[in-house]
Amino acid sequence: MDVKSNHDIILKNVSFAYKQAPILEDVTLLIHNCEFASIVGPNGGGKTTLLKLILGLLKPDKGKISIFGKPPEEARRQIGYMPQYAHLDMDFPATVMDVVLMGRLTGTSLWFSKKDRAEALTAIDEVGMSRYEKTGFNKLSGGQKQRILIARALCSRPDILLLDEPTANVDHETEVNLFSILRTLNDKMTILVVSHDIGFVSKYVKSVICVNKKVVIHPTTLMNGMLIKDIYHGDLKMVRHDHRCSEEGHCHD
Amino acid sequence: MITGAAKKATAMIDAIYALLDPDNLFLRYALIMGCLASVSFGIIGTFVTIKRIGYLAGAISHSVFGGIGLALFLQVNAGLAWFDPILGATLAAVISAVIIGLVSLHAKEREDTIIGTLWAVGMAAGILFIDRTAGYFNLSSYLFGDILLISKKDLVFVGSLDALVLGTSILFFNRFFSVCFDSEFMSLRGINTTFFYLLLLILTSLTVVLLVRIVGIVLVIALLTIPPAIASFFAKRLWQMMFFSILLCSFFTSAGLLLSYTFSLSSGPAIIILSGTTYLMLLMFHKWIKN
Repeated sequence: MDVKSNHDIILKNVSFAYKQAPILEDVTLLIHNCEFASIVGPNGGGKTTLLKLILGLLKPDKGKISIFGKPPEEARRQIGYMPQYAHLDMDFPATVMDVVLMGRLTGTSLWFSKKDRAEALTAIDEVGMSRYEKTGFNKLSGGQKQRILIARALCSRPDILLLDEPTANVDHETEVNLFSILRTLNDKMTILVVSHDIGFVSKYVKSVICVNKKVVIHPTTLMNGMLIKDIYHGDLKMVRHDHRCSEEGHCHD
Repeated sequence: MITGAAKKATAMIDAIYALLDPDNLFLRYALIMGCLASVSFGIIGTFVTIKRIGYLAGAISHSVFGGIGLALFLQVNAGLAWFDPILGATLAAVISAVIIGLVSLHAKEREDTIIGTLWAVGMAAGILFIDRTAGYFNLSSYLFGDILLISKKDLVFVGSLDALVLGTSILFFNRFFSVCFDSEFMSLRGINTTFFYLLLLILTSLTVVLLVRIVGIVLVIALLTIPPAIASFFAKRLWQMMFFSILLCSFFTSAGLLLSYTFSLSSGPAIIILSGTTYLMLLMFHKWIKN
């Protein structure tokens, strides 16, 4: 396989097992520049593992991962990451600004500069939360917290944005909102987003990455019922509440 | 006729007069020590509370007893007169902080068992060292605090540890803050989260040692977590939580010391009963207004 320069993320024959239980097997995946892909698949299928491998938080047992031609640990600073919601203590005494500023911390600076604050404000603005900078983080609704965590990932000006279930526990309207924000951001950066709701996201994203031990990437134009059944091994009740995606899903210009 | 409440009030006034009495220098020292140490307790206690590592701090404070026992043992048996129990406590605290920190990072599902074991082994080692040391030692003064033993030298020691804890916390405030909030994210930002986690635990261990004299090693952990828990009812930001914790901690130690002097009670338990009941009552009140 040729390593082309327009690929941000390259996984080559990557395998990863947790305590002998294989999570991902022989995964080869190329993500090109300014891709907007949704990572879908059953629970325990390896979606979060895939993100953590890309971030270098986990090491593959076999295979090679390169981000912008570098090993993941060296490319980390170019990646903005939004972790799963449940993993954080939501009663933490911090304002929205405090949380977003964390995205500006580096290994060398001790305190935040004026530029850090300006970048944080821009990021808060980008996710449409500009009136909330002084609000307590724990006073926000679920969807607002998600947006603030996206702002934290954004304010380091990353080239790749990785989001782990940003729409868990939020209502449909908030979900629509989040994905329109992401679509705007996609002009400037590559975005991978883990999501449960395959029918819904296919309206917004360019490709769908299906993860269930194996990893397959499909352009949204090719998504159909057979394929989805195949990913979920058939034990899935499909609700095609968004049927128009097959006609309009590929109008990314 | 003098009522019970009035009697108590006069007794408290007597306690305040007692502070001015040169014979009661120890009481003045204890109050100064309490207020000095409250600075570290408020700051580090807040980090411990938000990071939810109260049980790690508990394990550290109990292992301190091993160091106290070792120091007494060496003082008597090896003739190392300079090896003060507080020095032993400090060493044991730092060593156990590093061990417990590494265990909590790497042991995964066995974490609580291993930390419980270290907790008990630390205390047991202390007792065995004292068993093998000739002479009589009032164990309860280490376990529950004893202000009669406080000297000017202790004040200098507490003052310098305090300065160290305060300086480090201010310097690395943003680091500790973000590592407590989301350690994984911070490691992605190129911050050595293991280092700052261990540093936080070492500072916790030093803070614990600060008040061993007044509160004792068994109860000291409560004073680390109660003031921040109360402060969290009304503090919106981390520094506010720290500020209120410092005030609360100084209030509890001072009031508790005066109570213990007035009614001839052990200082540690008096402070803990006062702060503990205040917290529990506020907690009920807080839940009640929320509903």
